[in-house]
Amino acid sequence: MVEIKTREFKANARVALDDPQLQRALAGLPGGLVAQRTAARDKLPEFEDLRDVGRDIRDHTLAHLDLYLAEWERKAVAAGAHVHWAPTAADARDIIEKICREANAKIVTKGKSMISEEIALNGYLEARGFEVVETDLGEYLVQIRKETPSHIIAPAIHLTQEQVEADFRRLHTHLPQDRVLVEPAQLVDEARKILRQKFVAADVGITGANFLIAETGSSIIVTNEGNGDLTQSLAKTHVVVASIDKVVPTLEDVSSILRLLARSATGQEFSTYTTFSTGPRRKADPDGPEAYHVVILDNGRSELLATEMREILRCIRCGACMNHCPVYNAIGGHAYGWVYPGPIGAVLTPSLIGVKAASNLPNASTFCGKCEAVCPMKIPLPKLMRLHRETEFDLGNLPRGYAFGLKTWAWFAKRPRLYHLGARFAIAALGALGGARGAFRALPFAGGWTKHRDLPAPQGRTFQQLWAEQQAGLNRPSQTRARS
Amino acid sequence: MSNRDIIFGKIATGLKALRDDKTRQATVDSRIAAKFRHPTPARVAGRSHDEHVALFKSHMTGQSATILDAATAADVPALIAGYLRQNNLPARLTVGEDAYLANLPWATEPTLERRQGRAQPTDEVSVSHASAAVAETGTLVMASGPDNPVTLNFLPETHIVVLEVKDVVGPYEDAWMKIRARFGDRTMPRTINMISGPSRTGDIGGKLVMGAHGPRRMCVVVVKG
Repeated sequence: MVEIKTREFKANARVALDDPQLQRALAGLPGGLVAQRTAARDKLPEFEDLRDVGRDIRDHTLAHLDLYLAEWERKAVAAGAHVHWAPTAADARDIIEKICREANAKIVTKGKSMISEEIALNGYLEARGFEVVETDLGEYLVQIRKETPSHIIAPAIHLTQEQVEADFRRLHTHLPQDRVLVEPAQLVDEARKILRQKFVAADVGITGANFLIAETGSSIIVTNEGNGDLTQSLAKTHVVVASIDKVVPTLEDVSSILRLLARSATGQEFSTYTTFSTGPRRKADPDGPEAYHVVILDNGRSELLATEMREILRCIRCGACMNHCPVYNAIGGHAYGWVYPGPIGAVLTPSLIGVKAASNLPNASTFCGKCEAVCPMKIPLPKLMRLHRETEFDLGNLPRGYAFGLKTWAWFAKRPRLYHLGARFAIAALGALGGARGAFRALPFAGGWTKHRDLPAPQGRTFQQLWAEQQAGLNRPSQTRARS
Repeated sequence: MSNRDIIFGKIATGLKALRDDKTRQATVDSRIAAKFRHPTPARVAGRSHDEHVALFKSHMTGQSATILDAATAADVPALIAGYLRQNNLPARLTVGEDAYLANLPWATEPTLERRQGRAQPTDEVSVSHASAAVAETGTLVMASGPDNPVTLNFLPETHIVVLEVKDVVGPYEDAWMKIRARFGDRTMPRTINMISGPSRTGDIGGKLVMGAHGPRRMCVVVVKG
């Protein structure tokens, strides 16, 4: 598995906030993706209704997951696919290594695949002597920097153009040092030429799958660059890595979901390339792979089916939740410490690697609710984060001071009279102490807050008091008349 | 126990699915057989074929592809030759075994060289014949095979696609009806490529650049007759 750094979330976040390069890269994006999504949604009046359709398709499929997977497998095998089942990440790595060995592979090209990140495939294959080349431009940038993706659809969103130029000059030393690399197009062109040679020389091409279609036994990839297509069409062997939750029943079902995917992800009406692959090349075909393998990974997902976390399996990995997340926008993806950043990561990561190891993530939320509001599959992300927090509390996994504070608060909250009395006293005292300035520069036990900003002082009365007064006011006859 | 048994066992446990529950299998079978169609966008539902064609063209143009209109199939070679001249591109095409393309009057353009087969990395221009085109997002539907090898769609820098107006449909679902009519129910060619313009990337500084790995240029010749 990719090294798990979820425990260091707080330290990672602090480093991210103080990283000027990262902050510069995050300044324009993912805000741009947010605006583009809004524009695309507004151009399709049916968008909000389609979210219900998408949710229902996924719920139906998950409720019959065993049967749809079996049906997909039957059709895929009939078309000539080799289907492999991997209960764990280690199983998947073994299976793929064996396929590469049997293909006598030297060069393995890869299309973008988060599942391959989840199983830490690149390092594993490289340690066994294979040359692994990421071909999605963003993934290539991340690979040559020995980093991991910081976003599930824009892996290099944390990099500025200047950083890319510096990396290309450092690594592409066979090219003239004085070449001009000012425009993004010049950088893209350089990468295109280098990766073209890899596509042509590759023995095995590995891609992910956005979906599997039970009706036809197909796997689907969605890209804008066409790298996944060159990866899977030029190598003799095409390997797909997918997880069990990727299956949908029919072409009609996937069409409805595809109407949501690109719009939610990049704000495009449709991605440039949506490719359906079914089996290896046919007898008369002059091109396409001679062998087609699909590796289906579980890695803990089946265990979510019986839990309230089942809803996270509806995710189609569009990235809209992270684009809209104030926390993600402030710290980027790496601080989350594992494969999936943002709100989806805050729910999925503890689900897959355990709440204990990833307890910081569900707490890394302001609960503003944007992620749920934009999720094309209507996943209640804040609710699921709250459930993880409850589990964390039950496990006794909280820092001692934090747990003590929560327990103290809970003791009062369960005794309303005492709570109101205490609140009235505390609010009045704080209101008086806040004085004319109406805010505190420093406060005992609240240093974490006041270090970065003032804490507004309460105005001297509690919400309950204000509410009672307003209700009384509304019931006055004159007020009632004025309202009607 | 095999890996497959482990996974299917865990799923069945998670779903609390009973082995002898025949209704679940019946639900799955009927869903796949029915090919239930969800609501399709009003921008195409109930619109005329002419409106679909116009919408397809405007979307394709918006996605940085060039649209050329051919009144009849006989005009296609001259339009292609003109496009190549205008863009300073070599007059050498790679084409599959597609009968419709083979029967075009190429002799009218003696300067155009044609090589039949899959694309090679050195090829600069390819021509293929679309199976269908979807109006709702300006998306071509290409089926792979000896007629139109998949590499033609991705290796050359310039991809020219010949599209017959009759193959333009409104929503994606209608394109699937065409694919099923041609290849059979629940049967697909090795690859179906849905293509919405030339290749692009936004991976460097979030700025859109055309021609990431696939074609830099795409030209769609829409044939009326």
